[in-house]
Amino acid sequence: MAAVRLLALTKDFDIGFWRRRPVAALQGVTLDVAPGEVLGYLGPNGAGKTTTMKLLVQLLFPTSGSVEVLGRPAGDVAVRRRVGFLPEAPAFGDNLSAEELLIHYGRLFGFAAPDARRRAARLLDRVGLDAERRRPLRRCSRGMRQRVGVAQALLNDPEVVLLDEPLAGLDALGRRAVRSLLLSLREEGRTVLLSSHILSDAEALCSRIAILARGRLAAAGRLADLGLEVRGWELVVAGVTPAQVAAIEPAPERVTRADDGRCVIALPRSRPPEPILAELIRGGARILALAPQHETLEEFFVRTVAGREAEREAAG
Amino acid sequence: MRVITQLAWHAFRDAARGRVLYVLVPFAVLLIGAAWLSGQLTAGQEVKIVKDLGLTAAALCGLFTAVVLGVGLLAGEVERRSVYTLLAKPVRRHEVVLGKYAGLVLALVVNVGVLAIVLYGVLAFVAATESAEARRGWETPAVDPALLKACFLILVQLMVVAAAALFFATFSSPALAAAMTLGLYVAGHFNADLQTLEEIVGPGLTASLATGLSFVLPNLAPFNVTAEVVHAQPVPPGYVALTTATGLVYAALFLGGAMLVFSRRDLT
Ligand SMILES: Nc1ncnc2c1ncn2[C@@H]1O[C@H](COP(=O)(O)OP(=O)(O)OP(=O)(O)O)[C@@H](O)[C@H]1O
Ligand SMILES: [Mg+2]
Repeated sequence: MAAVRLLALTKDFDIGFWRRRPVAALQGVTLDVAPGEVLGYLGPNGAGKTTTMKLLVQLLFPTSGSVEVLGRPAGDVAVRRRVGFLPEAPAFGDNLSAEELLIHYGRLFGFAAPDARRRAARLLDRVGLDAERRRPLRRCSRGMRQRVGVAQALLNDPEVVLLDEPLAGLDALGRRAVRSLLLSLREEGRTVLLSSHILSDAEALCSRIAILARGRLAAAGRLADLGLEVRGWELVVAGVTPAQVAAIEPAPERVTRADDGRCVIALPRSRPPEPILAELIRGGARILALAPQHETLEEFFVRTVAGREAEREAAG
Repeated sequence: MRVITQLAWHAFRDAARGRVLYVLVPFAVLLIGAAWLSGQLTAGQEVKIVKDLGLTAAALCGLFTAVVLGVGLLAGEVERRSVYTLLAKPVRRHEVVLGKYAGLVLALVVNVGVLAIVLYGVLAFVAATESAEARRGWETPAVDPALLKACFLILVQLMVVAAAALFFATFSSPALAAAMTLGLYVAGHFNADLQTLEEIVGPGLTASLATGLSFVLPNLAPFNVTAEVVHAQPVPPGYVALTTATGLVYAALFLGGAMLVFSRRDLT
């Protein structure tokens, strides 16, 4: 049984004041998330990611099609006990503090007061908000609210975690804290549906990826199988001399030197990195990292989706 | 039930932390100032003036609180989008409406209670500073238990207003919901005038419309017994009971409407 199932899910929004006309936000999306899977739900702005997430917790009702979580329809209260949800750019306009909010939510999950308090304290600690736990939420910064949002989504040790852009608005430390939290969710075998429009976030965290474009599923599968093109390579080395860099023929696309003697070299796709690596090592350089640089999601869309649409238009 | 209690307690705490209950402060100042001033100006009338002013001000302060909280607790949360995390918890939407309403009623009870205590305090002070002879001329005692009836009916009326605010707030913006609630309050107090409009303007579309409206809108005038209480006219317990029952029916209808609309609505 799938942990999360979207079946021909379609959602239209009616816009316009006088003459209502429907805007299709999702058009027949069918997708299964297996138990224990970490699925990256990717797409550019306006693709329909947030709409899907809201349909999964029944903040929205589908125009047609259906959603199931843990085998039950989205509105099921018993299932909600086993689900955690982080909305996009979470807001808590309360006069309450993060700690009070988490305890309140804990009580709604049915935990006794001491248990709710213990869970709140543990999670605030895990998202790095221990010092600010008494501050009124309305005076918290965007990144702090994001962390509170992550904490409240994990309050009930959920089996299924729905996270809409969990890394948005976070500073480097916050991203690291939330990333490691997500990795531990993955290790604990929880099912995670995680939306993002940043490919590299999903790359590091997800076991599988689904790509959404203009309300339709454009592709789904393991990142390596999706046919994302490698645009080039990024090479980080230490202890290279300028002469060695200059010797890379033809010249690399871009060389950035850090103060500590490290050097970041961008190589175009046309250059296989292996011979260059060998050459640099022979010259005494230390290789710190070599990473393939994928095209961005936007480029992927332009190449696939937009291209397909242009074809269709030309044909029709 | 546990969920509703928790939601109510949370809503009450939220309201108490907000600045809404601060309206009690100008109320007290106004009342004490009026008592002092009327004592300077009119001999023997100050108790009536303080009672009249006190009850009217209590009704208006309560109205302000009921509208601001009724609109803010739900529509405010929807507009701020803080309702998203709440509704993903194991709560049903109608429980959220009920819980918020219960917290709101609790805040109104505290509000009216404090106003009544201040009013009684001022009246006791006025009585203590008057001569025994002047006190004999009063129709009713200064610290008159009948005032409690007036305060109670004000509270019931506020429960109706709060339920209406919650209902309007389920399908419109906070500002629009507040405007509609105030409109309902004003129209509700002129309900009797709507029915008799025909005698003034003659039969026609306007008159029929007014009569029609007077049946649809709740009649709020019976909840105001200030004049009776101040002028020592009786307010029979049966009247209080019947008016309360009517009020609870109005409140229940609005609340039912609110639950119905809110449970089916897309929260975009
Ligand atoms: N309340 C609404 N009324 C009308 N249209 C809406 C509403 N919410 C979303 N849409 C439309 O639905 C489409 C999908 O929006 P959605 O918010 O799901 O995108 P997204 O993938 O989450 O984008 P982003 O990366 O910007 O968060 C967009 O075209 C958007 O304009
Ligand atoms: Mg979004």
